[in-house]
Amino acid sequence: MKPMNFLAAAGFLAASAISASAADITGAGATFPFPLYAKWAEAYKASANIGLNYQSIGSGGGIRQIKAKTVDFGASDMPLKGDELKTDGLIQFPSAMGGIVPAINVQGVGAGGLKLTGAVLADIYLGKITKWNDKAIAGLNSGVTLPDAAINVVYRSDGSGTSFVWTDYLSRVSDEWKSKIGANTSVSWPVGVGGKGNEGVSASVKQVPNSIGYVEYAYAKQNKLAFALVANKDGKYPAPENKAFQAAAANADWNAAPGFGIILNNQPGDEAWPITSATFILIRKDGDAAKNQAALKFFDWAYSNGDKIATDLDYVPLPTNVKAAIRQTWGQELKFTH
Amino acid sequence: MSAAPLAMTEATESGQLSRRTKPSTTSDRLFEYASRGSALIVLVLLAGIMLSMVIGGWPAFRQFGVGFLTSSVWDTQSDQYGAWPAIAGTLTTAAIAMIVGIPLSLGIAIFLTQLAPAWMKRPVSTAVELLAAVPSIIYGMWGLFVFVPLVGAYVQTPVSKIVEGLPLVGTILYARAPSGLGVLTAGLILAFMITPFIASITRDMLDQIPSVLRESAYGVGCTTWEVVRHVLLPQAGVSIIGATMLGLGRALGETMAVTFVIGNANRLSASVFDPGSTIASRVANEFNEALGMQLSALIALGCILFFVTFVVLCCARLLVARVGKI
Repeated sequence: MKPMNFLAAAGFLAASAISASAADITGAGATFPFPLYAKWAEAYKASANIGLNYQSIGSGGGIRQIKAKTVDFGASDMPLKGDELKTDGLIQFPSAMGGIVPAINVQGVGAGGLKLTGAVLADIYLGKITKWNDKAIAGLNSGVTLPDAAINVVYRSDGSGTSFVWTDYLSRVSDEWKSKIGANTSVSWPVGVGGKGNEGVSASVKQVPNSIGYVEYAYAKQNKLAFALVANKDGKYPAPENKAFQAAAANADWNAAPGFGIILNNQPGDEAWPITSATFILIRKDGDAAKNQAALKFFDWAYSNGDKIATDLDYVPLPTNVKAAIRQTWGQELKFTH
Repeated sequence: MSAAPLAMTEATESGQLSRRTKPSTTSDRLFEYASRGSALIVLVLLAGIMLSMVIGGWPAFRQFGVGFLTSSVWDTQSDQYGAWPAIAGTLTTAAIAMIVGIPLSLGIAIFLTQLAPAWMKRPVSTAVELLAAVPSIIYGMWGLFVFVPLVGAYVQTPVSKIVEGLPLVGTILYARAPSGLGVLTAGLILAFMITPFIASITRDMLDQIPSVLRESAYGVGCTTWEVVRHVLLPQAGVSIIGATMLGLGRALGETMAVTFVIGNANRLSASVFDPGSTIASRVANEFNEALGMQLSALIALGCILFFVTFVVLCCARLLVARVGKI
């Protein structure tokens, strides 16, 4: 969780505890979008007088809870596959997006001062590139003085949607990563040290010279971590910012997977940031109809009114056409009317 | 296990508490039922925990068999799980904690009771007790932000430079990337965490030894060292082992502090500077997001930790029984 939003989140929890009533919407799951949902809920409460009680227990927990019917909606950073949605009678749709950046701590290299490719990142995380002045890195960065020092590789030790997006990206750019390690919320890392949460990763990267780790962009920005640029599918090095994440979303084919479960990694386009992902909401088709409608109403409100809140918190709002397609699905599958 | 129940068992066995009379009044009878009920709840609770662990971990035990204990693969991709790196990490960190923590605690306790000037006793004792009250997450945060960088810069980096390439020592004490995180760091943090427990219980025990014993030893010309070695330590021996086991229990099961500083790598490494993991840290890291076989494997890990702790406590009992006889 982003520290800047901690107070807001804590206030939100306190407020929701006091005013919890039968009309409140309950949700649980991913930690990544928690600050966003907290802010949305605050604004929604002010306008519609309906509270949201969201427990950020992790994506896996969110999937478990919605399957067990204990919450009105579940939240996950890892999209469920079509057949899994079908077996459990779930509807899935994205709520917002974010990007992930490789945070670095290399002497004399500032934010965006280092260029890397997906293949090089994969080799670093596989333990094949062990020094910063390795030819593969130096070749991409002529003019940058790189130290003759061992690379301290940092990963997320707790199961996390961020790790899923990162390992999915590495799987797409490296066959060796795909066959040896694969993509998941936690994998069997061949080298490196694990930090718990975004805080653990960034603490390690900040404190240990010659480190590399991965965090959400919003987190890197708020904590002023230096980051490396990564070559996208078209071989360009866009700066990680809202424009670049949105470009990845705009170029993606959202209808390619059931439940909009596409992953925005390595999308084509000059401006597209290569490591981008959406975060997803899960709702039961056979759930309490009134509660489902209440939850959908909240997200409908958020799509219409929540973009500024999202941008302020460094999340990326969904493109308009995707929102329209999601509303259409709601109408078809859950008889939701605007 | 604490000193109090030990003392009581001994007392009962030696028949000192046999003046129990039959319950006569209603309040007596109620009191007996109530206390017996409380005692039974402990047994039921323990059985319940054990049972739910076994049932939850059963799919993993059934699928991997003995291989679950010996395999060092932990791969959520192919759903293959092995507990060995976590078990090894748990035992290694606990061993480091004991090796560093026990002498430190005994030193503190002996100094406080025998050597410290009067004006120093109160503040140092209070400080020791305060250390015991610090929550483990605070130790973790302090460890991550203060202790880990120090270990990285002033221990791992210079030591690695010296031992690089040497046989054996070069393997055990070489850090590939000196980040400060690692098994040794975790063991040291654990040592700091258990020291106040052991020190404070040992101090109480040493204080309770009748001063007549000490004075007569000094009277026949013993030095302070001889009094401590031949009079005080043997007297407090059983209690010190009890205190040590309490510390070991904490070291084996400690979760948050270890998770912060151990580096959380599920790999085996011969170097104590390399990152590793313990059973508790692995569960803490992965439980939130685990489903299916992974969840089952994590519960099975918990079951193993339960078993390891049980074995350790059994050994402690045996040890206490032996020391008690001497």
